[in-house]
Amino acid sequence: MDIVNVNKIIEKYQEKRTALISILHDIQDRYQFLPEEALKIIASRLRMNLNEIYGVATFYKSFSLIPKGKHSITICLGTACHVRGGPKILREIRSLLKIKPGETTPDRKFSLNTVNCLGVCAIGPVMMIDGKFYGDMSPLKAKRMIEKLSKNTKKSGGRS
Amino acid sequence: MRKIKSLSDLEKWRKDILRKQDEFETIISVCGGTGCHAYGCKNIKDRFIKTIKENGYQKIKLRFTGCRGFCERGPIVTIQPQEIFYQRVKEKDVPLILSETIKKGKILEHLLYEDSMTKSRFISEKDIPFYKAQKRLILANNGLIEPTKIEDYIMLGGYQSFSKALFEMEPQQIIDEVKASGLRGRGGAGFPTGKKWEECRNATGKLKYIICNCDEGDPGAYMDRSLLEGNPHSILEGMLIGAYAIGGRYGYIYVRHEYPLACKNAEIAIKQARKAGLLGDNILGTDFSFDVEIAKGGGAFVCGESTALIASIEGRAGEPRSKQIHAVEDGLWGKPTNINNVETWANIPLIIKNGSKWFSSIGTEKSKGTKIFSLVGKVKNTGLVEVPMGITLKEIIFDIGGGPKDGKPIKAVQTGGPSGGCIPVSLFNLPVDFDSLKEVGSMMGSGGMIVMDEGTCMVDVAKYFIHFLEEESCGKCLPCREGLKRMSQILENLTEGKGDEESLYLLEELGQVVADTSLCGLGKTAPNPVLSALKYFRPEFEAHLDKRCPAGVCIPLIHYSISETNCIGCGACAKICPTKAIEGEKKEVYHIISELCIKCGSCREICKNDAIIVN
Repeated sequence: MDIVNVNKIIEKYQEKRTALISILHDIQDRYQFLPEEALKIIASRLRMNLNEIYGVATFYKSFSLIPKGKHSITICLGTACHVRGGPKILREIRSLLKIKPGETTPDRKFSLNTVNCLGVCAIGPVMMIDGKFYGDMSPLKAKRMIEKLSKNTKKSGGRS
Repeated sequence: MRKIKSLSDLEKWRKDILRKQDEFETIISVCGGTGCHAYGCKNIKDRFIKTIKENGYQKIKLRFTGCRGFCERGPIVTIQPQEIFYQRVKEKDVPLILSETIKKGKILEHLLYEDSMTKSRFISEKDIPFYKAQKRLILANNGLIEPTKIEDYIMLGGYQSFSKALFEMEPQQIIDEVKASGLRGRGGAGFPTGKKWEECRNATGKLKYIICNCDEGDPGAYMDRSLLEGNPHSILEGMLIGAYAIGGRYGYIYVRHEYPLACKNAEIAIKQARKAGLLGDNILGTDFSFDVEIAKGGGAFVCGESTALIASIEGRAGEPRSKQIHAVEDGLWGKPTNINNVETWANIPLIIKNGSKWFSSIGTEKSKGTKIFSLVGKVKNTGLVEVPMGITLKEIIFDIGGGPKDGKPIKAVQTGGPSGGCIPVSLFNLPVDFDSLKEVGSMMGSGGMIVMDEGTCMVDVAKYFIHFLEEESCGKCLPCREGLKRMSQILENLTEGKGDEESLYLLEELGQVVADTSLCGLGKTAPNPVLSALKYFRPEFEAHLDKRCPAGVCIPLIHYSISETNCIGCGACAKICPTKAIEGEKKEVYHIISELCIKCGSCREICKNDAIIVN
């Protein structure tokens, strides 16, 4: 982990305690998770207790304390996606990757997450892979996409 | 970009933009909302740029607009002034659109919207049933402007309401106008906006804050995202008017972290407004100063609650506090703070421009104006719909939404998110406004409208919401933290066929206690989805006591089999089955070995002949 980057992020927000959540977002964007050392640096520079920072970092769902895999898979479980079969997509992915939401595969290839709503409700069930949205998913489509990613081939968006 | 220092500067800028606009003969707008992004609209935009350049097309203006609302039909491309609406456009259609439609004036039939019932095709957006019954006021400009260009907003008369307020109205006059309009908060509770503004204006303290709530945590609702993403300057203009009326010095837009495009577009809009002199010190050459920042949420549903939202902006965990002390007096950093929802802010410029009389002429006696709903779930036309208050559920779901999606009859609609309830089809003649929705045990909420059909299990939906709220409860007060956990367990048991006669009474009793004794709105309204489902769909709950799930959703209570009459023996199901639970010979009827079946539904998904039976 590069300490300079962490310090730069903290300085961007002028070491303000009130910017803690923004700082954590920037750190997470940079490293895909919140490394413990980064949190320690934040604590000392913001003159806060590490446990206060831990409290905030664990309260909000978007922060992760464990490293993420190469590909991040997010399954939307909002109401619209739920009634259109979102849980089936999750079941399929779970059985394929053999991990639970919030976990990363041992080979660090995939991380799996669920989210309460991505706000793309009209085209549910929705799955997000590496920040890109895919609508009208089915267990079969999801399976094929994961298999493709496993083979390191890229798929771009578009109606199938 | 020029800096505007007076009213005449603004008007001159607008005229210059309009003059430039006249140089174009055709405007092609590609929808750039998040829904269309999922269908690859960026590739379409890039292809347009490339093809226009390569072929030397002249006098074409290409716009990458905000959400058009008809997300299900994305990617959407519209052509002005011909008023052509193309849907489900693919990349390969781009050269055709340019060579046929733009050059020769020919309509491409295969890109037109076709009504699945009448088979009639529509060229113009305004004739399509989905748009026809709507009254798009706030969403009107979404398809006409590029959200990242302030010039587009100025061109349509943007910031003129603000300058009218600033130069021609006294703060109290603005508040009176908003009060007279009857505008109620669009975040869900429906508190009168003008009254809130007045309380904040009268609160003691020099420094006051203005907040725009774009936390939009309700699953199934995305109108706030589309507004902030598609027309961010209209939100800023609303906030500016509010700040001037209330006496606010600083503002925050609190955006969900899950909405990256909305964050980005809002940030760009703020920078542009600052450069143009519409934000910052001495705005338009007056004494009025106001500036706005973005605050990002962290994925906590409870942060949509005003006191939790304030805690989150202050950099703390988003735990609500007792509402005995109002935020209008003691809010962000202890200062008077006025929080309104995105859609509420978007209404403000319209009210100032057209007057309170015009606004209050739309809607019902106690709910004025329009409301945007996200019409989603098991309905044919999904997307964002803006309708006048007082329209019936039936009109929204059947006239605009086009009725059921998969042919299964619609049985309910869920409104109000996790704080709302399920309204049965028998009540679909209900006019949609704040009060009538409350009367039937649901609420307006932020505007999610999730349609459910016979294939949706109401016990499963109730379990879904309680589980959602159990996870999102901040844990501060006991009734919400523990009560929801117990309710969740009872519902879990029901869906597994382990419920007994007492379960339903216990659920009702517990629900009442959680509602009566919780600290904040999350807990107070949490039992609504269960209580309303029990009220209207009790037989379905009772069926679960008999270990049956009529909708075929609850896994422990269902089993899969293959219909002898429908199976054509193609073998697709046997091939897809992950546990090899399906056996048979080609061209003969296949069958499922129950012991091996994990009820994943893959066979049902792949079968083209509806031969997989779930009961």
